[in-house]
Formats: sequence, C-alpha cells, structure tokens
Amino acid sequence: MTKQSSCKGNCRCYTAETGPMVPRPFKVVEIWKELADTFSMRLEPLDGCPAFFAPGQFNMLYVFGVGEVPISVSGDAAQSGEILHTTRIVGNVTKAMSAFKPGMTVGLRGPFGTRWPLDVADGKDLVFVAGGIGLAPLRPAIYQAFADRHRYGNIVILVGARTPEDMLYAKELARWKSRFDLDVQVTVDHATGNWQGRVGFVTKLIASGGFDPKNTVAYTCGPEIMMRTTIKALNDRGVTNDHIYVSMERSMKCAVGFCGHCQWGPEFICRDGPVYRFDQIAKSFNIEEL
Amino acid sequence: MTQSQKSVQQALPEGTVVRVGPDGLEALVALLKQVGYTTIGPTVKDDAVVYQEINTTKDFPIGWADDQDGGTYRLVQGTKGAFFDYLVGPTSPKRYFFPPQNKLWGASKEQGHFEVEKPAEEAPSYAFIGVRSCELRAIIVQDRVFGFAREDQHDKGIFSDPYYVERRKKSLIIAVNCRRAGKTCFCVSMGGDPHVRHGEGFDLALTEIMEGSQHHFLIEVGSERGGLILALLPFEAAKDQDLVARKTQAEKARGQMGRTMVADVNPLLKNNLTHSRWEDVASRCLSCANCTMVCPTCFCSNVEERTDLTGDHTERWRTWDSCFSIDYSYIHGGPIRKETKSRYRQWMTHKLSSWWDQFGLSGCVGCGRCITWCPVGIDITQEAAAIKKSEECQT
Amino acid sequence: MNAMLNKKAKPKTSAKPGRAKPKVAVWKFASCDGCQLSLLSCEDELLDVVGEIQIAYFLEATSAKIEGPYDISLVEGSITTEHDAKRIRKIREQSKALITIGACATSGGIQALRNFADVNAYTRAVYARPDYIHTLKTSSPIQDHVPVDYELRGCPINKMQLLEVINATLNGRTPNISHVSQCIECKRRGTVCLMVVKGIPCLGPVTHAGCGNICPTTDRGCFGCFGPSEAANGASLARQLERLGMSKREIRDFFRSYNANAVAFRETSEIYD
Repeated sequence: MTKQSSCKGNCRCYTAETGPMVPRPFKVVEIWKELADTFSMRLEPLDGCPAFFAPGQFNMLYVFGVGEVPISVSGDAAQSGEILHTTRIVGNVTKAMSAFKPGMTVGLRGPFGTRWPLDVADGKDLVFVAGGIGLAPLRPAIYQAFADRHRYGNIVILVGARTPEDMLYAKELARWKSRFDLDVQVTVDHATGNWQGRVGFVTKLIASGGFDPKNTVAYTCGPEIMMRTTIKALNDRGVTNDHIYVSMERSMKCAVGFCGHCQWGPEFICRDGPVYRFDQIAKSFNIEEL
Repeated sequence: MTQSQKSVQQALPEGTVVRVGPDGLEALVALLKQVGYTTIGPTVKDDAVVYQEINTTKDFPIGWADDQDGGTYRLVQGTKGAFFDYLVGPTSPKRYFFPPQNKLWGASKEQGHFEVEKPAEEAPSYAFIGVRSCELRAIIVQDRVFGFAREDQHDKGIFSDPYYVERRKKSLIIAVNCRRAGKTCFCVSMGGDPHVRHGEGFDLALTEIMEGSQHHFLIEVGSERGGLILALLPFEAAKDQDLVARKTQAEKARGQMGRTMVADVNPLLKNNLTHSRWEDVASRCLSCANCTMVCPTCFCSNVEERTDLTGDHTERWRTWDSCFSIDYSYIHGGPIRKETKSRYRQWMTHKLSSWWDQFGLSGCVGCGRCITWCPVGIDITQEAAAIKKSEECQT
Repeated sequence: MNAMLNKKAKPKTSAKPGRAKPKVAVWKFASCDGCQLSLLSCEDELLDVVGEIQIAYFLEATSAKIEGPYDISLVEGSITTEHDAKRIRKIREQSKALITIGACATSGGIQALRNFADVNAYTRAVYARPDYIHTLKTSSPIQDHVPVDYELRGCPINKMQLLEVINATLNGRTPNISHVSQCIECKRRGTVCLMVVKGIPCLGPVTHAGCGNICPTTDRGCFGCFGPSEAANGASLARQLERLGMSKREIRDFFRSYNANAVAFRETSEIYD
C-alpha cells in the first residue's frame, strides 16, 4: 500500500493527474471511544506524503464502499505526521468508521478551509466557547494558544454539553481546569447522575467570564442556535463582531467548490469557511434557510 | 491535426473573415472528423433541436426554426434551407464537459485496505458546431467553476476538475451568430450579444447569410487552432457587402430580445432576501429542477458511492444535482432549505447575484432556457422585475 | 404521517467483511404481486443476489420457509383488513429492517380509490353475500401502521432500485435513491420535455424519480405511478394542466390513480372534486 511519492513535501498532494477528488490512503493508528456516540481516530499517511493541517480546517474522510464525510481536525497541528479526528456517529459513513480497527485504511482528502486565526489575538484575551461536539474543531486552536501561552492575556475556555455523559474530552478538561494560567468552565443543560458542576447553557458563563471585552478575541463552535446566543452574550459584554470567529457547517460532497452543496449566500463554506469572522457574515447568519 | 499538416499550413490570423458556401461547411465537418474530432452539432430529435453527434451538415435542423415562450417550445417552419434559423434548445455543450454522470474513480478492497484505480477512459476531442454566443459565455462561466486554466491557483483554494479540464482543453468550438432572437432571449440585458465577440473563446465563428437565392457563410477566425483548420479549407475572401449583412443581422437580433433583465439585479436581490415575492413564486414553482437541468451554467453535483453486491469493488460517481432537491442542503438533523421559497431564492440569487461574489461574473447569460423549459413558465426576468417594482413603489 | 418523507431512514443491517448472509423475507398484502415479480425478473442479477442473501420467506418463489427474525423484510401491498393490520405488526416485530415496495405499500395503491367512496356501497353492489366481507373502509399504506425503514416507489417498483436497496443494505451505505422529480431523470437522460414541446399532460414535475424514465421516452406523459416527489406542488401543475386544456374531472382523475391516497396527489385531486 505504501507508495513512493513524487511530492517534495510541500504539496497538498493533489496532483493534476488524480485531481482533487481522489483520496490519499491513511492508516488508522489508534481508535477509541470518547462518548456513547462519539469516537476519535489517530491517522497516519500511507503514501509517503506529509500530513498537516491548520486549526479549524477539515478533511474529507472516506470509507471504502460506504462514502465520504467532512470532519474537522481536532488534534494538535504541531504534532507533525499525524492527524486526529473526533467524530460523532450521525450517518452510515461515521457509523462504519466507528467500527474501524487499528491498521485499517481510511481515505483522506484535505486539509480544506479556513483556520482559526490566533495571530489576530496577540496581546489580547482569548475566549473559546464550545457547544457539544463543537469542542473538537476548537481544540487545535486551544493547543496552539497553549503552545504560545505568553502571547496572550487571559485564556477563558467555556464548554457546554447537553448532559454530563455528552461532555467531550472530560478528562482533558479536568486537566486544563487544574492549570493556573487558564479559566476553564464547564456546564451541562441537564444534570444527571452525581454531577456536581454547573447546570445551564454555556452562554450564561459569558457574562461572568474573566476577560476584558475591549481587548478580547472570541472563537465559538457549536450548533447554530448556541452560536447565536453566544454572539449575543459576547456583544452584551462589549465584544464586537469583528472580534468574534465562528465555524459554520453545511452539506458537502466535494470540499473543493465543485458540488455547490455548501453554499451559504455568496460563500462556499468549504473554501471561504468554515471559520468566519462574524462581522463578515452577520447578515447571512440572520437570514433563515439561506 | 498532425504535425506535418501544421508545418505546411500557415494558420489564418485571428480576425480573418472568409466566405464559404454550404458545401464549404460540409467540407469543414468532414475535415474535423478526418483529423479526429467527435463532431457535436444541432439536430432535430423528439421535436426539439438538441446537441448530438453529427456526421454531415445534412444532420442540421435545415429549414427549422423554433417558437419559444414561458413553458412552451414549438418547432416551426423557418427560412427554407437555413442551417441555423433555430435558437437554443434544451441541451447545451455543458453535457459534454460536465456530463449528467461521470465516474470519478474506482477502488478495490483487500483486507481492510483499498487500492484506488484511476479512470482509464481517454477524454474525447469534441468539435462543437453551432455554439451560440450565450452558450460560449456559459462555457466561460463553467471554466471558472471547474478551474479551467486556473491550475496555478490551488493555493487560493481554487481547484481544477481534471475531467472537465481535459475535455475542455481538447475541444474545438465553432460558434454561430444568431440570425434572430426569440421571445425568451435576454442576452443583451445580461451583457451579452447575439453575435460572438473576440475573447469569448471561439475557434471559428459562423454567420449564415441568406439573401434571395444566395446562401453562404462567413467564417471568422477566433484562435490559432481555428486559423489552422480554416487554412485547410477552400474559401473565398469575404466581401464588403457580407460584412454589412452581418452587421445588419446582429443589429436586428439585438433589437428582437423578447425579454429584458432589470438593471443592477445583483444588488437588488442582495437587498431583498426576505422579500414576499419568494412566497409568491413558491406557490407556482414545482420544485422540479428543470431550470437547473437546462441551465448551461448550473454546476451542482452529487457524489455517489456505487458498490458491487459483494462489496469488493466500488466506484465514485458524480451526478447532476440541483439546489431544488431537499437532500441538497441536508446535514444531520435535517435540510437547511426546507421550503420551496428558500430553494428558489437560492437558485435565483446564486445565478444573478452571489455568482458575482464567487466567480466575478454573472451566472446567468440570458439564454432563456429556464423560462422555456419551466413546465409552468416561471420567468426569471419577471421575478426580478416584480421585486424591482415593489422597491420602486416603496421609495 | 407520510414516511415517504422520512428518506434518511437507513436499512439497519450492517455489512461486515466475511459477512453473514442476511435473512430476507418477502411479504404480500393487498396487491397484485407485480412488485414481487420485479425481484424475480432480476434475471441477470438474481443469482448474484441469491449468493449474498438468504431467502427465508418468499411464497411467490419458493414454498420453503425459515422462521424469523429476519434481517430484511420486503413488504408489498396495502392494509385493507383488520387481519392484515395485525399481521403487519407481527412482521415488524420480527424484522430488523422493513422496506416497503410499490405504490400499494407506500401509498395504499389503486385500491385506495375506495377511500374516496363508500366501501359498503361497493360491497353491496359486488358481492352476493356482503355480510361475508370483512374489510376496512380505507386502503392504507404500511407506514400508517408500523415504522418503515425505507420505501421503494412505483407501480411496479423499478428492479434496479430494489437491487440498489439490497446492495446498499449489504454494504451498510445509504441507497443512491433520490426523491426529486421525474424531470431530473428526463433531463439527465436527454429526454425532451413532452409537455413543453407538445403540450402533452405530464405528472413528471411532481412525480418521484426512479422509474427509469419509461413513459416520457415512449412519447407518453408521466402518470405518476411513482407517487409524489419530495416537494410536489400539485396545485400549480394542475393549473398548467388546465391551461393545456384538461377538464377539471380529467385533472382529478389524473392525480387519482395508483397513488391516489398519497398526500400531495390526494390534496390536489380534492381541489378538482
């Protein structure tokens, strides 16, 4: 399966010959369950070309005989050579993927799309607001912030989940919580079992978050309704739309601007997104069924 | 064309206009076939003029014209003996560059792994004859979508589709100037013209001239490749009166546009995304997707996984899709555009407005197909006009 | 509720490498057997199919019976009696995936014309001993009685679609079956529109694709045997049919045939009642 590649290491591995629709083979190195309906996979390229991505970008993952789906990358971009995806089972492709065993081959095209821009936040406070699986696309940006911790003021991480059982990366969140250079708050919509933590929507945490609204950049990912209330809460605190970044989701069949499915007004979310500075898309965001 | 032919023959320079008779056109078709082109041209099939493989000018819709209006198309008697008296039909060259379905790649499975097989099929060399000015501009529109001649822009997120690009590169385009315009034509108000312009990518452009018993064609060179082909044919120089006749024909066709798109439709639609007209059109729209299927610029596609029964072999196929399909906007949890009004709005605003943001030009070329082939005759120019009118009433 | 719209429902069996052959049962309710015959008419493909599945119950093909539970149940026909209403619930209990096949099973079929009339009057008119006849007032689709995982339309179904659902189920993928209009199929294939070119009345714009474009390619307008497409606007098409010269009664009857009881067709026909 492993092949000698003609690439010099700086290509995106779309040769003119195969075109952008042919996936590269990646090996499943490790696969584990995160939640009842969510799993993570660590992948490694089999074609001798490097694997890379920027926080916020996504790949098209392909399962032989089943199909292809867009999944954001959720690992550490600084860890060269491996790609980590956290995926929720919502259809046949993700279901088949969840049954993968280490050593099996998955197809991968990418990385695609825009990144979470952390460079715009130099010297500012960072606020990450995640809802449910939305923490997965945000995690690479959080890792990047940790790596350059000295460049930022306060780092506030607010995470919401439906129930304690839906809290993604719970152990990692606990580790982050124990750090003194971060403010990490988690909350659930509905408490179950012996949950001792906060109950309520994640957006409620914004009002009391330890950041200076005039000097903050916020990054949010989650269901649209959650992002909507997050933006409102941030605005109420005084964070302006040009300091808020969101990650959008739409149907995608190609990820390279051919299929048209991800259109959202003038945007192709596959290449103009998924990450947008909110002021640039605020108009579209407020139009139903656009 | 072979190298030896190229070296002997001097290409006629771009802009050269020559004159041939109907037999000259026959010789052109024969030559194209001889040098290995698959010749695609207009022909009558099932009471309409469609693009199909043709072998001789006798396959052309000789003597036929068409009468088109919202939701109706009828073949009618045209000028006796004319080759190109008809206007655009339900098909366009699109289906050759971007066919209704094409295989992207296949793969075979072996113990948890799979091996990708690239398609072995070699792209045919098409020579299109009879391509209208609006169709030519539609090809330019799709060139941008599929990254033709934009291979160097991958780093900007602009990709090239090898299937499209290969066929497009190898194709020869022989355009024809429109002798007249129809009731559903509005190319002029979309910035086009019934006669082709230089820089619009034709290799040769024909003008059919019929005066009294005279029947001949002017052929204009639009590219080096076109100049080489033409140099291989017998022809005479175009006369001054031919050029005058061509000009008169263009002016006549320009004045016959059956419909007009309102001015500044791009900002108009951007400002009216929640207009009540979308509800109104949704009460008429069948959501049947005919407009998107006949549109020469619509490019939306689906990608299907096609396995064999044993699951050992699979293929990825691209098929024409439409923004009128509910599945088109489906993400887990449901479709984004549930209502017909949202889907119609997506189609119309994309075509006339957001296309500018995406590709720097209009997605509509004014060919009028969406009006003719809408089973209930919904008219994109009227819909735009209605929105414009309501705005004027408000101010 | 119309389960035809529930198109994201997926067959629940999953294919594994070296997979076990799924047990397939074929059931008949009020119907003509035509859809079951589609499976048998898969001639070229039938042997391949039989190689991948285990036919557990299929009276049209074999008298051998294997007890449930079944991986896939293909159900033909509509529910017209109290007995059948009970029987389908039992079949559902024994089936991992239940796929309805054909216009009868998905909308109630031609026999659902009774839904627009008085069934007792019919019974009295037809039978010498109407008291022997125990029948429901309506003919209803399977999804009115039990949850359905997938629906295949048509009168009869298209055998390629049936093979596609079986294939997709075996491979654990979503079937490549679109719920768009017949027009998309015509245009993809290059069939010239009969209604636009000749003014021939056609239900294609509001009819579910998948038949293989049979009528329009043979110079006939579509008569809707695949039932309504996902976003059918029957009222608008009906107005166009009026413009083409159809009478109100003709329009009513046009929408009221093999899928008379399917919501979009029923509502349109009722406008012209």
